[in-house]
Amino acid sequence: MPRETLVGTRIRERRTLAGLRQAELARRSGISASYLNLIEHNRRRIGGKVLQDIARALDVEPAVLADGAEASLIASLRDAVGDRAGGVPELQRVEELANRFPAWSRVLNESFQRITSLEKRLAAASDRLTHDPYLAAAFHDVLSSVTSIRSAASILSDTAELEPAWRDRFHRNLNEDSARLAESSQSLVNYFDNSEDAGIGITTPEDEVEAFLQAHNFQIPAFEAETSSEEMIQVEAGKMRSAAARFMLESFLKQYWWDVQALSADRLIKAVAEFGIDPLQLAQHLLVDVTLVMRRLASLDENQIPTPVGLVICDASGALSYRKPVAGFAIPRFGAGCPVWPLYRTLSAPLQLFQTQMTYSGDQRGVYQSYAIAVPVTPSAYNQPPLLRAYMLIRPVALSKSDAKPRQQPENEQHTRVGVSCRLCVEVSCAARREPSILAEGL
Amino acid sequence: MVKHVLIIEDEPNIVEALSFILSRDGWAVSLHADGNDAVEAVQRKRPDLVILDVMLPNKSGFDILKDLRDNADTQELPVLMLTARGQNKDRVMAEKLGVSRFMTKPFSNADILSAVQELTLC
Repeated sequence: MPRETLVGTRIRERRTLAGLRQAELARRSGISASYLNLIEHNRRRIGGKVLQDIARALDVEPAVLADGAEASLIASLRDAVGDRAGGVPELQRVEELANRFPAWSRVLNESFQRITSLEKRLAAASDRLTHDPYLAAAFHDVLSSVTSIRSAASILSDTAELEPAWRDRFHRNLNEDSARLAESSQSLVNYFDNSEDAGIGITTPEDEVEAFLQAHNFQIPAFEAETSSEEMIQVEAGKMRSAAARFMLESFLKQYWWDVQALSADRLIKAVAEFGIDPLQLAQHLLVDVTLVMRRLASLDENQIPTPVGLVICDASGALSYRKPVAGFAIPRFGAGCPVWPLYRTLSAPLQLFQTQMTYSGDQRGVYQSYAIAVPVTPSAYNQPPLLRAYMLIRPVALSKSDAKPRQQPENEQHTRVGVSCRLCVEVSCAARREPSILAEGL
Repeated sequence: MVKHVLIIEDEPNIVEALSFILSRDGWAVSLHADGNDAVEAVQRKRPDLVILDVMLPNKSGFDILKDLRDNADTQELPVLMLTARGQNKDRVMAEKLGVSRFMTKPFSNADILSAVQELTLC
């Protein structure tokens, strides 16, 4: 039911709540009962003085009758219910629901928000528990210690006449394993204590590098300055705690430093102002490689370009080596991403630039423009296939959340529905699914 | 005739406990701690049963099991697999590869003895 026609319904509900007869409200409002009857059945539009008189008679603000529930509440309910119900016929009556039962609607909406928040936390925790190599090793260590302790204790307890040499050995083993168990348990406790958000803490080299990049918002201002020098790479990489993280950050910074030399931020920002965020057009205009444009766009601050961008980079195995998320489009911290991502399609068609509009199947239901390409990273050699690296730049398409629909597709552009990874995706019937979703089917 | 168990496990204290309880039960026990040449060790020592850990240095217990099942000499050899990875997918994987028994750590000594005895009943 259209929003403006609900004024009458709201008046009727308010009158009923106030325990007034139609004739009494009409009298207090200075209108005839038959006219009020038409208004209450939404057969007459009202406003101005009549609306104010009725509102005064009902002791409510005119806006309560005119506007009903807040638009944000309706939009939020539509989003939340729409995601879960998969488009039930009653979705079109969400406005009526919010107007007739505003308090219940708010409770419902808060519950949906809470569920969404918990789902996110669960997804993050599950992702970590499933794929984190540190946790796998730590739990293995704990279980091995417990197994050894249990066996040794059982031998000491159940063997009637145990030779002193054996007894001493198992006592020693018990001592060693209990110390090892205490150490690994403490390590696990520290691990979880250090986690700031749903069990996410800095423990692996990948985490260390990612934390560095996030702290710098994926931009290294010192490298952008004219006075920068290559020696700064070692200085920055030296801040990493582990050797593995130093190696990974050094590789990234080397690439970053050379990228800055090849394409300065100022030059790119000027080009973006003219051509927008279209990596192919920018590359053609700037006479540089399209992957350089993608990397440099990802290094710009959100305030420097019209819309923020995300970037993922993977090698030929599909392993992600760079993850810059963009609003609403989550990127898994561990394991492979969504098999439907255009990123992976590029690996079978190197050097072909894919432009794909993606509808994200996550809780945000966002629409994103992606540009993806796989390029060789090794020089040509006889009878040797090149090693490939694939890039996917992600740009949110500006649409309102409540009615996000893909726009009309140009002929040379594709559209696809994507998720984060199978484990965290609600698209139950996706042909690319390789494992059940913890969100759609429960743990 | 004394039956022979080969324990392929890299945790020394678990190995010691297993060796003790199996020896006490009358088994001849030999040991191997590395995944790399585990299959060769089985072929060389010809045990009546193998106790195989999943997480071994250099080669996983799953890969070793697969190699054993691919080899005509060891196709029927009873293999008792021990793992700290109790996830169902690991159990399914082990069964698919032809494991004789799959046990998760921590296990009890009595369960191990019982499993070994059952698997070597002719």
